[in-house]
Amino acid sequence: MSEAHAQPLASGGPADRAASRGRGVRALLVGIALLYVLVLIVAPLGGIIFYGLRSGLGAITDTFSQQDVVHAFYLTFVIMLIAVAVTTVLGLAVAFVLARDRFRGKSFLSALVNLPLAVSPVVVGLMAILLFGRGGWFEPFFTAQGIRIVFALPSMVLVTIFISIPFVIREIVPLLEELGTEEEQAAWTLGASRLQTFFRITLPNIRWGLFYGMALSAARSIGEVGAVLVVSGLLQGQTETATLYILRAFDQYQPERGYIVALMLAAFSILVLIGIETFKRRSLKRAGE
Amino acid sequence: MVADARSRIAGRARRDPGASSRWALRSTAFLYLGLFVLLPVAVILQRGYGSGLGNLEDALHSFGAWNAIRLTVVLAVVTAIVNGVFGTLLAYVLVRIPFPGREVVSAIVDLPFAIPTLVAGVMLVALYGPTSVVGGWFEDHGFKIIFAVPGILLALLFVTLPLVVRSVQPVLSELDREEEEAAHTLGAHGWTTFRKIVLPALRPAIVAGSLLVFARSLGEFGAIVFVAGNIPNQTLTAPVFITQLLSPGSYGQSGGPDQAAAVAGLLFGLAFIVVLLTEKLISGRLERTT
Repeated sequence: MSEAHAQPLASGGPADRAASRGRGVRALLVGIALLYVLVLIVAPLGGIIFYGLRSGLGAITDTFSQQDVVHAFYLTFVIMLIAVAVTTVLGLAVAFVLARDRFRGKSFLSALVNLPLAVSPVVVGLMAILLFGRGGWFEPFFTAQGIRIVFALPSMVLVTIFISIPFVIREIVPLLEELGTEEEQAAWTLGASRLQTFFRITLPNIRWGLFYGMALSAARSIGEVGAVLVVSGLLQGQTETATLYILRAFDQYQPERGYIVALMLAAFSILVLIGIETFKRRSLKRAGE
Repeated sequence: MVADARSRIAGRARRDPGASSRWALRSTAFLYLGLFVLLPVAVILQRGYGSGLGNLEDALHSFGAWNAIRLTVVLAVVTAIVNGVFGTLLAYVLVRIPFPGREVVSAIVDLPFAIPTLVAGVMLVALYGPTSVVGGWFEDHGFKIIFAVPGILLALLFVTLPLVVRSVQPVLSELDREEEEAAHTLGAHGWTTFRKIVLPALRPAIVAGSLLVFARSLGEFGAIVFVAGNIPNQTLTAPVFITQLLSPGSYGQSGGPDQAAAVAGLLFGLAFIVVLLTEKLISGRLERTT
């Protein structure tokens, strides 16, 4: 990369001294940065690995033989799948509009995309309660239909979608803007249909950025706790996600189980992170070509 | 020129059926964001402030409310400053200084994006909690980390670390190094060069990243709920306070959803203004570079 620039060209006496002093400063900067990352991230990660594994293999298999735990992971997975699917498909539509379309009110649409970043997860849960809960705007309608929204899966999916909305869109819009429309125009004039153009030309070009956005979205969905806590009603074995299980385990003085489930979630997140890093590198490489 | 114009006309002729699909996309986008984003925000404002400021006043009069909001804002400011400084340092180190394991450090910086915030809280309790070796040592020396303010700060620093780094990094790697080299050959020291040349170029990115940190910290719940201990007037933050308003009885508060909505509206308004400012800064930067 740009390492070649790092050394000053001259090799006289004072320049040498300056260079060696520069090396010292660099080493110091790297040291401080590494120390910060160590204290803040690496050491706590080590802490949870230690506590998660300390209780031994027996405790781990025991935890995962609990019906509650299995169901909690299943629920987390289902919510994540639905949220990622919805925010990806509809997010693509929004990204196309933001990158390609011109009309009044576009900046308003863009502000709406970023708005979930400013809302506390707890407040997101509150919104769902105010819309669908007792005395909520839509409560009479859904009660009449006999559909349970709050304290059930639908509201948990809805709040997770709200929180994951920005990720795919924010990754895709700059890619679409950079990509331009030339290739698409060419395909179009050669007689390809809109869908063909999208699947053959556009999608392959934005693929890695899209995967990156989806991975961020998935990570956020799996880890969500504040919003689902408010809307779930905390029904054990019914509306309890993996994160909510951890909360209960610590509340009920079963920290071993809490640590084990937390470690499991952390391990899964690290897998997602490896995906994120790979997708990001490919996406950057593509942009650089 | 003529050919260009002709192809454009031809393009428009074939593009005509595209108008309907453009409208379809546009309405999908508005319907999606209108239903999922605008409507929920509207309900918060209507329930919280539909009858004036009464709900907010009532909520602020309940036990520990005012201190919870103050603690949240102060901690968000401190987090934004600390991660603004260390985030910039990390970005500089990752972009400019080659050292073994740089890729690994770069991946670790992204870890808080992937790790559930609640798990981050559990991690901090595991390491710095009163029953652990490290936390126990600090406690013996009269310094409480977990169930105290330092723990909340650590949690906020953890979950927001990538925001500044990822905001500064791309700007720094695109920065033209000629000016720096010129300053260097003219005899400027490393620090002077950084302060006079690099820092001004990075400032919008640093400020944008720090503002995002501030907005994120205002609303953080998952990472805090464990480490804070949630003691009213001491370690209770605004998001946790909102959940307490929603579960009346458990802490002697019975504000209900309307008061919760009022406090939520206040938090959200503050954070949203900040996010809008950030967008302005980022798009301003793009306009200047292109």
